[in-house]
Amino acid sequence: MMFFDTALTTNDLIFLARGAGMTLVVTAISVFFGTIMGIAFGILRHQIGPWWAAPLTLVLDIFRSIPLLIQLVLANAFVTTVLGWRISGFTVACAVLSLYTSAYCAEIVRGGIEAVPPTLRRAARSLGLTWRQDMTSVTLPLAARIALPSWIGLALGVMKDSALVYVVQVVELLKSAQILITRLQEPLFLLLICGLFYFLISFPIARLGGYLERKWSND
Amino acid sequence: MFNYNFRWAQALNSLPRMLEGALVTLEVAILSMVIGISIAVILTLFRLSGSRLLSAIASTWVEIARNTPALFQIYMVHFGLGGFGIHLSPYLSLLIGIAFNNAGYLAENFRGALKGIPETQTRAARSLGMTPVQAFRYVVMPQMLRISFLPMTNQMVWAILMTSLGTVVAMNTDLYGVTSDLNARTFRTFELFAIAAVIFYLITKTVTLSARLLAARLFRY
Repeated sequence: MMFFDTALTTNDLIFLARGAGMTLVVTAISVFFGTIMGIAFGILRHQIGPWWAAPLTLVLDIFRSIPLLIQLVLANAFVTTVLGWRISGFTVACAVLSLYTSAYCAEIVRGGIEAVPPTLRRAARSLGLTWRQDMTSVTLPLAARIALPSWIGLALGVMKDSALVYVVQVVELLKSAQILITRLQEPLFLLLICGLFYFLISFPIARLGGYLERKWSND
Repeated sequence: MFNYNFRWAQALNSLPRMLEGALVTLEVAILSMVIGISIAVILTLFRLSGSRLLSAIASTWVEIARNTPALFQIYMVHFGLGGFGIHLSPYLSLLIGIAFNNAGYLAENFRGALKGIPETQTRAARSLGMTPVQAFRYVVMPQMLRISFLPMTNQMVWAILMTSLGTVVAMNTDLYGVTSDLNARTFRTFELFAIAAVIFYLITKTVTLSARLLAARLFRY
């Protein structure tokens, strides 16, 4: 069946597919919650000004200045040994990745909001719109347009970074491949399958992001 | 408050070893940036060359580097090349993996930067008698590097963070490797990794701040 000899069985393929599913689930959950928190943090940071937002900025900056691997190990050690909670690695992984996503997302949202001309917002307010109306009907729709390409990049980045959750005992795609490699001793073939999976998801979406960026920057 | 005895003193005893690890981390990051920038310039030249084969090579490199996890790339260098009988040390695998990643991202940044440099400048340089290579070397490249200074700083921070991935190829001399080695012996996971996190934070902050100062100093008009 294969174009060259491999000891890979159907069961192994199912095992790999499960890993791929885990990668997608962790990514989806983290991007979902991370984006919601990121939008909230981004608006907050913009709204209360740089001085009051300093503590939030500092905390979010920490997530971007420390390797994700260490964040995961640290969070896992804190929750399970320091607090003594019984929590699955999956939960820890999703929580850390969500916060990690929100740190980057807040930056993107803030950039998007700041790119909306302040005069436009003042015009909206002087027409009698409330802050909330201005936010929901004027500022956020425009900011979303500006932020979407970067957000797509972020979501793809999170998918690639989710490969690190193996460190809290979550078996995602790359880890399941590694387990099979240890058993089958066919590193090249298995790694290529993995790489192809990431590439086939990431490449078209990245292209779409690039297309939107070009299309929306010329008007 | 917690049902856990923090033993910071014990963990802090290992600080000198961890700082040595931090030096290795910094060394790998700097080397990977130097190699990455050089390759990215070459890839940019490939794209500008007009040769279809060369631009295809450059695009393939950039797309693979940007669309697969860095962890995968490091795996591939270590275990993938191992499949061909090329066995590299953990240090080299990590360095090559990160440099490959850097080159891909930086080449894309350079491409964006080139858009900000008018084509007419190249033509002017050519009509002054410069060869294409000279025009690139003396007119385009300095501006390209200047425009991409900020993305390059970001990439440097990424490179520092990526060194932690060396653990998958059994690298044990960098900051993450040293920390997890110590952890395997003492099991003070939280304390040790908290210290490592602080060191990483300080390193990345130092890099971004000094880059900002350098930019203010270098790019005054």
